[in-house]
Amino acid sequence: MGARLQIEIGLTVDGAERRLLVDTRSTLLDALRDRLGVTSPKKGCDHGQCGSCTVLLDGRRHLTCLTLAAAADGREVVTAAGIGPDHGRGGLHPVQQAFLRHDALQCGYCTPGQVCSAVGMLAEAAAEEVTLDDAEIRERMSGNLCRCGAYVNILAALRDVARSEGTG
Amino acid sequence: MREFAYEAVTDPEGAVALVAADPDACFLAGGTNLVDHLKLGVASPRRVVDVSRLPLASIVAGDDGVRIGANARNSDVALHPRVQADLTVLSRALLAGASPQIRNQATTAGNLLQRTRCVYFQDVTTACNKRAPGSGCSAREGYGHHNAVLGGSESCVAVYPGDMAVALTALDATVVVLGPDGERRVPVEELHRLPGDRPDRDTTLAHGELIVGVEVPWLPDGSRSAYHKVRDRAAFAFALASVAGVLRLDGGAVTELRLAWGGVAHKPWRARQAEEALIGRPLDEASVHAAVDLELAAAAAGPANAYKLALLRNVTWLVLRDLAGEGAR
Amino acid sequence: MSSVGSPLLRVDGQQKVTGEATYTMDHHTADPLHGWLVQSTVAKGRVTAVHADRALEHGGVVSVIDHTNAPRLADTDDLELAVLQGDRVRFRGQVVACVLAETPEAARHGAELVRVEYDEEAADVAFREAAATLRPDELDPDNDADTMQGDVEAALADAAHVVDQTYRTPFEHNNPMEPHATLAHWHGDPDSDEGHVLTVCTSTQSVHGVAASLARILGIDAGKIRVVASYVGGGFGSKGLPHCHDAVAVLAARTTGGRPVKLAVTRQQMFALTGYRTATIQRVRLGADQDGRLTAIDHRSLEQTSTSKQFVEESALVTRSMYAAGSRRTSHRVALLDVAVPSWMRAPGEMPGAYALESAMDELAVVLGIDPVELRIRNDTQTDPESGKPFSSRRLVECLRLGAERFGWSRRDARPGASRDGDWLVGLGMAAASYPANVFPGNRATVRALEPGRFVVEIGAVDIGTGAWTVLGQIAAAALGAEPDDVEMRIGDTSYPKASVAGGSSGTASWGTAITSAVAAFRKEHGDDPHPGDETTADAERSSDLEHYATHSYGAHFVEARVHRLTGEVRVPRMLGVFSAGRVVNPVTARSQFIGAMTMGLSAALLEESWRDPRYGHVVTQDLATYHVAAHADVRDLEAVWLDEDDFRVTPMGARGIGEIGIVGSPAAVANAVHHATGIRIRDLPITPDKLLARFDG
Ligand SMILES: Cc1cc2nc3c(=O)[nH]c(=O)nc-3n(C[C@H](O)[C@H](O)[C@H](O)COP(=O)(O)OP(=O)(O)OC[C@H]3O[C@@H](n4cnc5c(N)ncnc54)[C@H](O)[C@@H]3O)c2cc1C
Ligand code: FES
Ligand code: FES
Repeated sequence: MGARLQIEIGLTVDGAERRLLVDTRSTLLDALRDRLGVTSPKKGCDHGQCGSCTVLLDGRRHLTCLTLAAAADGREVVTAAGIGPDHGRGGLHPVQQAFLRHDALQCGYCTPGQVCSAVGMLAEAAAEEVTLDDAEIRERMSGNLCRCGAYVNILAALRDVARSEGTG
Repeated sequence: MREFAYEAVTDPEGAVALVAADPDACFLAGGTNLVDHLKLGVASPRRVVDVSRLPLASIVAGDDGVRIGANARNSDVALHPRVQADLTVLSRALLAGASPQIRNQATTAGNLLQRTRCVYFQDVTTACNKRAPGSGCSAREGYGHHNAVLGGSESCVAVYPGDMAVALTALDATVVVLGPDGERRVPVEELHRLPGDRPDRDTTLAHGELIVGVEVPWLPDGSRSAYHKVRDRAAFAFALASVAGVLRLDGGAVTELRLAWGGVAHKPWRARQAEEALIGRPLDEASVHAAVDLELAAAAAGPANAYKLALLRNVTWLVLRDLAGEGAR
Repeated sequence: MSSVGSPLLRVDGQQKVTGEATYTMDHHTADPLHGWLVQSTVAKGRVTAVHADRALEHGGVVSVIDHTNAPRLADTDDLELAVLQGDRVRFRGQVVACVLAETPEAARHGAELVRVEYDEEAADVAFREAAATLRPDELDPDNDADTMQGDVEAALADAAHVVDQTYRTPFEHNNPMEPHATLAHWHGDPDSDEGHVLTVCTSTQSVHGVAASLARILGIDAGKIRVVASYVGGGFGSKGLPHCHDAVAVLAARTTGGRPVKLAVTRQQMFALTGYRTATIQRVRLGADQDGRLTAIDHRSLEQTSTSKQFVEESALVTRSMYAAGSRRTSHRVALLDVAVPSWMRAPGEMPGAYALESAMDELAVVLGIDPVELRIRNDTQTDPESGKPFSSRRLVECLRLGAERFGWSRRDARPGASRDGDWLVGLGMAAASYPANVFPGNRATVRALEPGRFVVEIGAVDIGTGAWTVLGQIAAAALGAEPDDVEMRIGDTSYPKASVAGGSSGTASWGTAITSAVAAFRKEHGDDPHPGDETTADAERSSDLEHYATHSYGAHFVEARVHRLTGEVRVPRMLGVFSAGRVVNPVTARSQFIGAMTMGLSAALLEESWRDPRYGHVVTQDLATYHVAAHADVRDLEAVWLDEDDFRVTPMGARGIGEIGIVGSPAAVANAVHHATGIRIRDLPITPDKLLARFDG
């Protein structure tokens, strides 16, 4: 393997600085999971079609399965494991608490992606100054499939959070 | 996925030089289409040139129109205040595409150049002239739900799947392209091509040409625009068919009309015959149907995709009816 | 039984919302090799050569295992699991090799570089009516292909009203969100070592089932295999039985000198390798008297199965006990095709079957001019029509009445197409549902005392998202007279006592019974003041009533559908399910099961279809962008409620199963609502815009 086929990158993952050598073919999702042991983002389809691998990348919700690790050099990744206060060490994010209260999950496989996506959505709505009514939440969360069919509970959870944040 | 060298470039000319010189090289932007294809084996470059960090992400509203940088993200374009207010069709088309996550990472250039979603194109174990020239077309006699009804050829019935380009076609936008010999401007209508006997070529761009931006003129005074997309799922699905429309009525008669259809051909389909038939006439359901039928005279559909003809007829009416109604308000 | 019935939140919720829950591929293993499957590109024939040289030259690739060099299995009767044992190809997509490499990237590319040559034979892959001639009981003698009571033809000839229609359902794929994956590690020699020699982490609905299957094919004692599934990202039947990738991983790991093998099935590969629901063609004939009482029911289902393994979808089963009628017949016929192996998918049989039956009932209501709710009430029965047994409890009529009341059914104008809102045609539809209350044999549990008042309860059950972990803890706590917090519930590992599959809506009932029995045995042995370390393991005591009663859960679905008159798009703004499912142990997780299954029913009604290309033999809509499952925007106001009841004839907790009833009948309710909105009856699922557009006038 020639040197150009591997590349050294730096990432901030849930608050921690990480440096690693990656295969240029490696996706950010595989680099996080297989190389850094960060398994909070899940692989549901590996082709951008389910949302399970969603993280916040430089603050915006993003699919890690369609991002080359090499292209993510220097970026900040926040996963559901580090989305709570103090990079997750200080407890759960309000979205996570609402998910628990409303049983907005079953198998839990789509859930870390749903949580990151929801946090991203709340920030987007605040920036756009739109009110998150039910229809808006459903549409804006449609990039995250849930085969267990927890949607109505996810909606209830996010309605709660949006209201308490003043965006709903 | 074959091994490739990865290079992130910092100036557009350098990017063009790298790719133009190497037939096995390609550009990478948001990656939402290219990385997909790398995994499927649909694309197997030896060199990937990452252009996503080029300073081409600005969206500048000027007197004549808006200039959108190649790297402007789909979500940023859709939510730009002037785009939302004055180029409704573009904002709506973008927001009807993909998912919020994908829109956050997909770029304007990458979106324009996304490739067909034909199931055979994506499955390297099947015949597909677009992916493997000369291997045959599996879609003609196969899964035909999405097949083209307009402009298809013996060798390919794939459709261009994107939404944004359909809106840009109705907006008479221009794509700004940088090549080894400098910049050129391509009307968006001439960017994508019909398959003919070269379905492997999606566009009229030469290898190594870099899209640097898109120029969208403002609509003439009094015109309104809209986008309507019909899909199998309520969200996060490609169009079965879509209609982008620009309309102005004066005294009940059509004085400005632009119609572009998505999901029905190898390129966004500008329905010029339908436009001409309606210009100067009052708008009603029968005349819209007649105009659409004129455009569809050359259509070819089988049992699996004939529904698209009905959709085009109905949705074109729906869009124009609603635009006319808004104008009246 | 205080904690039974209380709305306890999921015990594993925190791990799931942070992503810290460890699904199979999340397990850290030292120094693994990564596997990648190579699939056949012909549907039938023989592998004549596997050229691995280019793959082996690729950096990081360690080996390529094919039928010539794979370790031999002891038992190859199950052709789905007998992977890499011979050159025969029985379906397109079958595994013909596996690449092992140091990284997943290298393994994937290595798999692309393996070149396989075939001697291809003509394959039969298209499911056609005419080919479905085989009686399934010739394949599986336990299964009654046909039933017949009275003279159906004569009764139909005499009937005042007859409905005779054919309904079609498509191939469907379970598509749990977590793709199937297996991690296999041989750490001992089966011939000499004691204890576990093989540890398998796999995404399964049954750890003991996987251990038993692997033991059989490997020819070793199941006690030497440890199977772990701590978290499972859904299964919906597709993880009920081990599939070929489990066997591949175990075989591949045999060749690595003790290095573990991680093998993930891709989403695309799942469409060929991990089971699916067969398509069906069902003819239903109903005869009724003037008052709408059924005199004849005839339900015949044509299906297909694979030459590799004969799974039969028993679609007419639901009709055997749903309504009373003097003359009745059900039958199944299958075509044997060179295709991927079909298997369980949520409510196998009942789901497509109830779509056909409940659509036909709606058609009959229209013919008779009787309200569809009333028609079902008139045909209710308190004795199982086929076996003559009484039902342990059958409260279908109450479900129907409660649902009608809550949904505002009485305001429905019976005429189809009467209600319109702008471009949207609005309709209301309903359907009834039933699903057998299964209590599976072969369950045992262990109870152990910790410090005073605290206990550990162990059973080799699996929580695939049902909430079993939480619910079993509640059942154990109630039986022990302890608080749920004082019981540590351990599941998901064959180190714990034998348990049946998380499937057939049997989990809570079967495992809960074992736990209840084990607690009783523990108390008998150790009294009310046990010493720390006191322990009892006991088998589930099966209720003798199960033999004397017909046991089913029931439900009624109500749906509002809106159909766009110009685009053919269907939206479902309201959906209500009312269920009678025995005692609900935990209303929080139970409601999630009901609404989840209803969501899947809605998804099947409007979206799901796997399209098999008859020329190639595989499904070409093989990803989540072309095989649509419901997205968030498809699901609006959807609610589930249930009757407050218990059924102690089925289980000591009074519970029956709840996991599947929500998907039974819900597709028919959607189809019936679409008919009410438009006057158009779509008799083949899914109900997509193209089909409606083709039927619109003009
Ligand atoms: C599940 C899914 C659903 C989707 N649904 C929709 C939908 O409903 N509607 C829709 O419109 N789209 C949809 N998309 C497609 C999506 O919009 C495109 O993938 C995206 O816009 C591509 O942009 P990108 O920046 O990620 O491109 P990339 O993947 O980076 O690149 C795409 C192509 O453009 C080339 N390229 C990139 N930048 C340049 C440049 N500056 N000059 C020249 N060539 C360049 C690349 O070489 C590559 O060939 C969907 C995608 C997915 C994965
Ligand atoms: S794994 Fe990334 S979207 Fe499915
Ligand atoms: S909780 Fe299982 S897929 Fe969403």
